[in-house]
Amino acid sequence: MSQSIIRVNQLHKSYITGSNSLHVLKGLDIDIQQGEMVSIMGSSGSGKSTLLNILGILDNYDKGEFYLGDTLIKDLNEKKAAWYRNKMIGFVFQSFNLITFKNAMENVALPLYYQKVSRKKRNRIAMEYLEKVGLTEWAHHLPSELSGGQKQRVAIARALINNPKVILADEPTGALDTQTSYEVMELFHEINRSGITMIIVTHENDIAEKTERIIHLKDGVIEKEYKQNHSIRYA
Amino acid sequence: MLDLGVWQEILSTMRKNKLRTFLTSFSVFWGIFILMILLGSGTGLQKGVMHNFSDAMNSVWLWGGRTTIAHAGYNTGRQISFKNDDLEFISNHYEALENISGRINLWGGAYSTNYRNEYGDFGIQAINVGFQTTENLKLTNGRLLNFIDIEKYRKVAIIGRIVKERLFKEENPVGKYVNINKIPFLVVGVFDDVHDGEVERLYIPISVAQKTFRPGTQIGTMTFTCGDLSVKESEALLEDIKVKLANKHKVDPEDQSALGSFNALKEYKQMQALFAGIKLFVGIIGVFTLIAGIVGVSNIMLIVVKERTKEFGIRKALGATPRSIIGLIILEALIITSIAGYLGMLSGISLLELIAKNMPASEFFRNPGVDFNIAIGSAILIALAGMLAGFVPARRASRIKPIVALHDE
Ligand SMILES: Nc1ncnc2c1ncn2[C@@H]1O[C@H](COP(=O)(O)OP(=O)(O)OP(=O)(O)O)[C@@H](O)[C@H]1O
Ligand SMILES: [Mg+2]
Repeated sequence: MSQSIIRVNQLHKSYITGSNSLHVLKGLDIDIQQGEMVSIMGSSGSGKSTLLNILGILDNYDKGEFYLGDTLIKDLNEKKAAWYRNKMIGFVFQSFNLITFKNAMENVALPLYYQKVSRKKRNRIAMEYLEKVGLTEWAHHLPSELSGGQKQRVAIARALINNPKVILADEPTGALDTQTSYEVMELFHEINRSGITMIIVTHENDIAEKTERIIHLKDGVIEKEYKQNHSIRYA
Repeated sequence: MLDLGVWQEILSTMRKNKLRTFLTSFSVFWGIFILMILLGSGTGLQKGVMHNFSDAMNSVWLWGGRTTIAHAGYNTGRQISFKNDDLEFISNHYEALENISGRINLWGGAYSTNYRNEYGDFGIQAINVGFQTTENLKLTNGRLLNFIDIEKYRKVAIIGRIVKERLFKEENPVGKYVNINKIPFLVVGVFDDVHDGEVERLYIPISVAQKTFRPGTQIGTMTFTCGDLSVKESEALLEDIKVKLANKHKVDPEDQSALGSFNALKEYKQMQALFAGIKLFVGIIGVFTLIAGIVGVSNIMLIVVKERTKEFGIRKALGATPRSIIGLIILEALIITSIAGYLGMLSGISLLELIAKNMPASEFFRNPGVDFNIAIGSAILIALAGMLAGFVPARRASRIKPIVALHDE
């Protein structure tokens, strides 16, 4: 009983800087099922981040269609966009994007603030998620006092806390060493096993190999796309 | 937008960004503080100078001096003295004049005053009834001198507050006798006035003085009030009186020192004009101070919003609406500006109060204070300005695409 969570038809996106227009996405068709774990690969500048930002409603697109579940995400007003970002999507960035003056727990709790959950309650829930990523002891530390891997785990806990349908991760291991990267991927698998769709942008083969499906972008189109042996997934 | 969670979020943000909070607060605080001091000093100056006008605003004083121009066969250096008939002369000729009076000044020193064993050197002034109005006395006990006292040559006196305190201590002086150069005078009243010098004196009927201390008909200084004449009218009247008196005393009308005069109304109006000017000046500086404060706050808000762009990008990626971003900035600005503005106002007013309490009032400065409405008004204005200053960049920040904000370094 599979169902599309993300469906993209003939997606186009250009960046306009001054008088120049850069056509980055040139008609993508992608269909990702609920519960899938997908990696997006491609060389630098191929449009991976551009695609992921559109899927995360952080940016808009020019032509085509993007369905999140059954909803066409197109020209949403900011309020609606905010609602979808909050309820449906969890974002994990390469550079973590934690709020520097908030401690780990408060960072994790922030999405719940925008759901009007009381501070006590959201801090309690945040502690549960910090426990899931193994950072209970670091709850009251500022991001500046955490290692890269710890920061990324805080960011992952934050992406999880509002129980999203999809987690979008843009090079989540880009700033981490191999060992830490594998730990993060392990965490992603666990999350994926709970039913949350995972889309991971990476240019590291060993990371991509840990997902069940790989989409290769090149010059704004899908170059190739293939499924992998599931045994890798649970290796 | 006003639920508890929002306030908690803003307060915690402020707590964690202490320097920023302090800088914004301080610029608002300082603006209001300086404004209060400025306005307060303005009023202090005005009150100080206006305090000197303790007599009736429409009083006119006329006195004789020595001639400096030979006239009508008289040489220079002749002393001009007013006499009873001069009072009659002006009261017969000028309908508009009220409270016409002479005033003989019997200087303290030459006249010793005592009540039983308490002695003092006080000024003794011999006057007509009207002088009490001109001098703007405040009766605190008993009665003022009246026409019967003058007509019947009654040896009565009204005494100033300080005279009462020195001679009578706690006793009620009304009905007791004070001796002036050993001549007993019945005290009929006690008065107060604005300046200490004006209550270190006793007033007695001029008719009595003309019999006992200064035998004759001289009346010293002539005083009167001129109803509700305008400055121009009173000046014209005074000029006319002086010409007539000059004529009467065979003095050259051009002789400035033979006939001296003081028109309180003219001086008062001049002071009022001066203070209207000072007020305007202080007002303008005040407005500029406020503007400087507002610009300061706006600047800081601009920098703050710029600095927080990435944070706002993160917040938006996590589900913040543009409105919630604006609310975050505006409410923070509002809290900071209103608290800092209030504190600035409080400190300014406290300092003024401290000055008022500890600095002896002088001829130029007394009781500095700020009109409460102006104080509150400017605090509110700067708080609103802070909000507005936050609003413009806040709206821009709230509209910026999250992905652009996230890229901001
Ligand atoms: N905001 C922008 N304005 C203009 N051009 C942009 C913008 N963002 C990206 N680009 C351009 O679009 C192209 C695709 O960028 P994108 O970030 O999607 O690549 P990417 O595949 O994520 O690359 P990388 O692996 O280096 O992260 C690049 O040529 C980039 O220079
Ligand atoms: Mg990228």
